Amino acid sequence: MTAPLLQVDDLHVRFPISGGGLLGAGKRTLHAVNGISFELAKGECLSIVGESGCGKSTTALSILGLQEPSEGMIRYRGQPLAGPGAPGRMQRAKAVQMVFQDPYASLNPRQSVHTSLAAPLRLHGVTAASEIEGRIEAMLRNVGLTPEQAKRYPHEFSGGQRQRIGIARALILEPEIVLLDEPVSALDVSIRAQIINLLLDLQEKLGLSYLMISHDLSVVEHMSDRVLVMYFGEVVEEGGWRDIFEAPAHPYTRRLIAAIPDPAAALNPVERQDRVDNVPLLAGRRFVSDGSTSPDVFTAPVPSELVEIAGNHKVRLASA
Amino acid sequence: MTAPLLDIKDLRLGVAVNRSTVHPLLKGISFQIMPGEAYGLVGESGSGKSVTSLAVMGLLKKPLTVSGGEILFKGQNLLALPKREMRRLRGNRIAMIFQEPMTALNPLSTVGRQIAEMFVLHQGKSWGEAEKLAVEALGNVRVPNPDRRAKNYPHQMSGGLRQRVMIAMALACDPDLLIADEPTTALDVTVQAEVLRLIKELCAARGTAVLFISHDLGVIASVCQRVGVMYSGCLVEENDTRALFDNPRHEYTRGLLGALPRLGSRSEHGRQRLVDIDSIIADRSKLTETRFIAPRGPEGSQP
Repeated sequence: MTAPLLQVDDLHVRFPISGGGLLGAGKRTLHAVNGISFELAKGECLSIVGESGCGKSTTALSILGLQEPSEGMIRYRGQPLAGPGAPGRMQRAKAVQMVFQDPYASLNPRQSVHTSLAAPLRLHGVTAASEIEGRIEAMLRNVGLTPEQAKRYPHEFSGGQRQRIGIARALILEPEIVLLDEPVSALDVSIRAQIINLLLDLQEKLGLSYLMISHDLSVVEHMSDRVLVMYFGEVVEEGGWRDIFEAPAHPYTRRLIAAIPDPAAALNPVERQDRVDNVPLLAGRRFVSDGSTSPDVFTAPVPSELVEIAGNHKVRLASA
Repeated sequence: MTAPLLDIKDLRLGVAVNRSTVHPLLKGISFQIMPGEAYGLVGESGSGKSVTSLAVMGLLKKPLTVSGGEILFKGQNLLALPKREMRRLRGNRIAMIFQEPMTALNPLSTVGRQIAEMFVLHQGKSWGEAEKLAVEALGNVRVPNPDRRAKNYPHQMSGGLRQRVMIAMALACDPDLLIADEPTTALDVTVQAEVLRLIKELCAARGTAVLFISHDLGVIASVCQRVGVMYSGCLVEENDTRALFDNPRHEYTRGLLGALPRLGSRSEHGRQRLVDIDSIIADRSKLTETRFIAPRGPEGSQP
């Protein structure tokens, strides 16, 4: 078997928090990510869902190389992406790129679209003007903009167009993995639909692998192949999108799904209850937390393990 | 038939660009809210839903100017009301909760005192009495340990708790109308669900009418009995919530519903392409010229 495109193995990220006391008194450690493991295959869309503070963005930052892991390995095509032997920024940029939530904040207001897109190409050794022009033109068409718009500045575009520029900027170096951090949550409903359609089209056309971070479960259900549910730094459930949405096993996953304000569900609450309750019983094993109380982030988590309950559908249970 | 609590008639307002020209933001909208009813206004950014709520609250500032229409609250035209009268009404009979509680709360005062202020201002209570009532109000919005929490400052609370404080403040004087402008947009989904349930239950129990403003059709569906869809300063369709979602009749409403990824639809029908409103409606500017669609029915409620 060939190595998966991206492999995250037992990733831990801990932050030292100063207690404000003299000589380091009251120093504590915040456990942001506690032993996350997953693999991302070529052409797949894997989503990490969870609420604020669950560690999903920290996980993404580690993969991008913006946050050094405290423990664990991240491999890209079998090669380490963090720690000793990791490639530099330049190589990493060709492997992984990110699309941010707020394109207006992530684009340089003083650079025209052309400048924003040409800079990474020049940095990566594309010097021929004709090639730069050609690639920018093709990329703008790919994301549904016209080459003439390259002369404009970010403030001249609407929110949806800016997100298209954000996507173009992420894709210009032809990375294999694209991290999508809440790519549509800042957008209006009609624009959101356009960007979701665009992301799915690009994935098919360019064979991209997406790692999407989101709290919007209806978007996640629509786009993902597989889903990881994170709760306080740990994966509490993982599986194919059908496993997670049709047979959620962990109480936290169920709570998340039940909390989505969905018109059909709001109007037909009985129907949805059936969908969520139709889960095989996990006899004899208990959950560490049902997601209704917050664990202490300053202590290491209670020992627990991910148990496979069906093919590739895993849920976190307390250690036997 | 009972009289409507809030009756907005052909409200027009705009932003004055210069002395002679006014850019229209609301191009004549009309709707009614009955006592105890939860009415939702849904629309995308810039459709005019928030400016409608500000007009009802009497919080319009220059360069926003009303150019026509009436806002009747219990038969009284709010637009013609002197400022002093409006101040007496605001917070007392009409209250509002905002999207971002951190900017709406005073960071320099404890939440207990901010809630107590409502009782002092509107009900003439003494501070001592008012602070006791404030603790009670916090308990009513299910804040754990209300007597201890009343002594907290806003920054010591989570987003969900802060929004509960806002609700406690808004409902302190038992208003007839609560305006909620995107009250849960900044919150996590599970917290959002709790806050929505709280608004729904408290208002139903007290018979408070709600004008609920959101861009999220799902949120609107879970709170409101009737919905108005706004687009570019116009109300394009209005109907009972279920009828609107089951049988949208305006092309914009249909587009909006089709653009929404629906929970469970992928497992039932496979992944379907989301509707691109711009592709089904070639010219958005023509959209608002089409007629307003009001519900059909025996009551024949007029647009």
